[in-house]
Amino acid sequence: MTFNLTLIAIFVAGGWGYSLILPKAWRGSALFIASVLAVYALQPPLLIRYMDFILPTATLLVATVVWVLTAPRPDGKFKWSRADFQTLWFIVALLVILPLFRFIPAEYNVITASRPPEQRNIIFAIAGFLVIIFGLGLFTTASRQRRVLSIAILAIIGVFILLKTESIALAISQWLRTQTERDPALANPLTDLNWLGFSYVAFRLIHVLRDRQMGKLPDISLRDMITYIVFFPSLTAGPIDRVERFTEDIKALRDMNGRDPSRLVEGTSRVVIGIFKKFVVADSLALFALSATNAGQATSAGGMWVLLYAYAFRLFFDFSGYSDIAIGIGILFGVRLPENFNRPYLKNSITAFWQAWHITLSNWVRFYIFSPLTRSMLRWKRRPSSNVIAFMGLMATMIIIGLWHGISFTFFIWGLWHGVGLFIHKLWSDRTRKWYIQFKKKEGQLRLWNWAGIVATFHFVVLGWVWFALPDVTTALSVFGKLVGAGF
Amino acid sequence: MWNWLIHPKEPYTWGFIARVVIKATLLFIVFNLLFAFLRPMDFINRLTLYNGLFAGRERFPYSDNPPQDYAITTDNIPAMFASHIVSRPKADDEYRVIILGNSATWGYWVSAYDAIAPQLTDQNYLLGDGKRVVAYNLAYPNSYLSRDLIFLEEVMQYQPDMVIWFVTMGSFLPQRQIDFPLIRNNAQRMRSLIEAYDLYLDPQDPRFNTTDFFGQTIIGQRRTLSLWLQTQLYGVMWQSTGIDQFIEAYQLRPNDLENNLSWQGFEPPINFTEQDLAFDFIRVGQDLAGDLPIIIVNQPMFIATGQNSDVRYNDHFPRGAYDSYRALIANLAVKYQWQYCDLWDALPNESFTDTPLHMTAQGTGELARMIGEMITDYLEFGYLGKECE
Repeated sequence: MTFNLTLIAIFVAGGWGYSLILPKAWRGSALFIASVLAVYALQPPLLIRYMDFILPTATLLVATVVWVLTAPRPDGKFKWSRADFQTLWFIVALLVILPLFRFIPAEYNVITASRPPEQRNIIFAIAGFLVIIFGLGLFTTASRQRRVLSIAILAIIGVFILLKTESIALAISQWLRTQTERDPALANPLTDLNWLGFSYVAFRLIHVLRDRQMGKLPDISLRDMITYIVFFPSLTAGPIDRVERFTEDIKALRDMNGRDPSRLVEGTSRVVIGIFKKFVVADSLALFALSATNAGQATSAGGMWVLLYAYAFRLFFDFSGYSDIAIGIGILFGVRLPENFNRPYLKNSITAFWQAWHITLSNWVRFYIFSPLTRSMLRWKRRPSSNVIAFMGLMATMIIIGLWHGISFTFFIWGLWHGVGLFIHKLWSDRTRKWYIQFKKKEGQLRLWNWAGIVATFHFVVLGWVWFALPDVTTALSVFGKLVGAGF
Repeated sequence: MWNWLIHPKEPYTWGFIARVVIKATLLFIVFNLLFAFLRPMDFINRLTLYNGLFAGRERFPYSDNPPQDYAITTDNIPAMFASHIVSRPKADDEYRVIILGNSATWGYWVSAYDAIAPQLTDQNYLLGDGKRVVAYNLAYPNSYLSRDLIFLEEVMQYQPDMVIWFVTMGSFLPQRQIDFPLIRNNAQRMRSLIEAYDLYLDPQDPRFNTTDFFGQTIIGQRRTLSLWLQTQLYGVMWQSTGIDQFIEAYQLRPNDLENNLSWQGFEPPINFTEQDLAFDFIRVGQDLAGDLPIIIVNQPMFIATGQNSDVRYNDHFPRGAYDSYRALIANLAVKYQWQYCDLWDALPNESFTDTPLHMTAQGTGELARMIGEMITDYLEFGYLGKECE
């Protein structure tokens, strides 16, 4: 099941019911149960047998493992609390019960994407899972925790690379098809290995692991950790919340006024705005947005620009629409997810753009890539110049953002494009700071300058989308050619 | 942008929510009722971005795969015409030729610019009075004379000078004339034609989709509105690419055939009479056109040479039935003084693609040349020329 209008309507109705009817004490558990079930319900069906059951299950298991690894060990050892033990047994019970959905006709099965595997197969997996959980709990003493956390981060990055590198994902898909007696020639990672929300789940997991390493992670229950990792409104397309902020909201649920009309109107309005952006504006623009197919078909430079502008606005309205829907549903359930967009196409510099586009991803990368990298460079014996540090930091940050979308050469160039843009803007603003302070006094000219900045930034971003939208360098270069009237 | 809604100056109250819900419900009902009473679809359907912001389409939008074809199939006849170049003003030196027919004439598997009509225009035929022949492709996939009649009726407001009507045996199946979605969903137009011209069809045929009052509301018309909007939006792609059908690899029409002599419920030996096939539609077409010359063309087809080709011409038509049809239509043309040209075997077999009727761009080009000569011969000498003899 995808994030469609019916599902959104169910979530909104659920949000109202949750606010108005559900006892306050049940709210946290209700969010946990809804999020866990949504991991299965939102997973699209996959063509490799049971894969659409295995991957959501893996999400829950990995989240549980990460919680075990990151739990505080005040006296050096990991200890289960009664509440966490109950959560664990809930997950185990769920894994035992879900296979029963194989006996329900497909049209009534709203939880699993296809027929789940038989219970006897699951039992062995559960046993293995429990051995790993309890084993890791015993093994990961306080003295080993830091090292184990590093291994866990590397493991998550490794899985991410495997799934996001097209050739490797294809090889895995072919291998899995061979193992399940399916035609390997029909292997396609998009239909065989589409692990719903993994890109976002991976970033949340790394955030939690890294914050534990740095001693910043608050004490979190297993229930709240899993709810944070797979919170259903933001599972598929973010925003990427921070765990300490998220758990504050969860704690506040008991005191939340469920009958507060402002919150209900705010949440519902936000969802309606998101629906309009996504399903009306973005889906209409999608009819003529730049794609690998139409890139070679445009017959004029003007036509090519129209396709590219349509792509730029489609991307914005699609993604910010999804974010609005996620934030709105979150508000209805009492969780204020962070904002993800702030009029990015109206920013007068590329730096301002990246503070307004996919804000939660930008912040994540700033916290976990840019800042640690630049700080570590500042500590080098032969400390590079500030410009070199900025260049390295920006490049690494933007290339990682690019590769997060998929490990391909075009995403790499897209990251490079923005890295170079940000660095040039840094040099420019460093050198023109004094002039700009004087310039600020001339209001009319300043306004004109701002608009020139907006237009220039917008077009820099729009031209960058060519790398983002197209699958290979040759097609992208031909589009650049056509934009200036060459290659027709 | 949305702060006024999300973060209001005064906090929302339950009374406010109740008022909004009641007002929204009332407005929703009022707008739907107004829409149903005023029936603005006739006006909306004629609103178009084509022939203005975007170039007009060379042929009606039709698609089996909209995202790739940059077109969407709609039953909205005014919107189809509004998107077509035929709705642009007629030039003073233009001799406007309307081309009706099925998918072969529409140009299935060839670009919009390689169909018969644009290739005919490209040949720049100049007439004795200095006017140039400009042809318009008003053909549409599938063979239905009923649909062609509705298009003919609609196109009369666009000042045509001549109509070339491509037909084949499949066009004349009497009972299937209502089966086409465009006919079923334009019941009122078809009923008017049936009643005005005394067509043999039943105006109360249950296959007609009738729209009740609820169907006239915004809710009832939502699909029509959506298709209208998509037709406009695909105009961007038409303008940018000139593509209205994604041409993919296809399998060639079979040359080896089944040993089957029957055709659409007719069993051998097949000797058609005037009442067996829907020739009545040609009569109505002539009446609709009035003084406008209509030339009926029996369209070219692939003639198989493989297994069982002695009993069938191709996988569409058995020889016996087709020979009988050809003889009958030729006789009727004489009887009713139709301008008729039989081009059934005018093109070589290499000119056909996936079906016995769909043509290559070279095939349509050759056919356009024949039609061009036929038009000039007809206008100059009053006969259809050597190709039709």
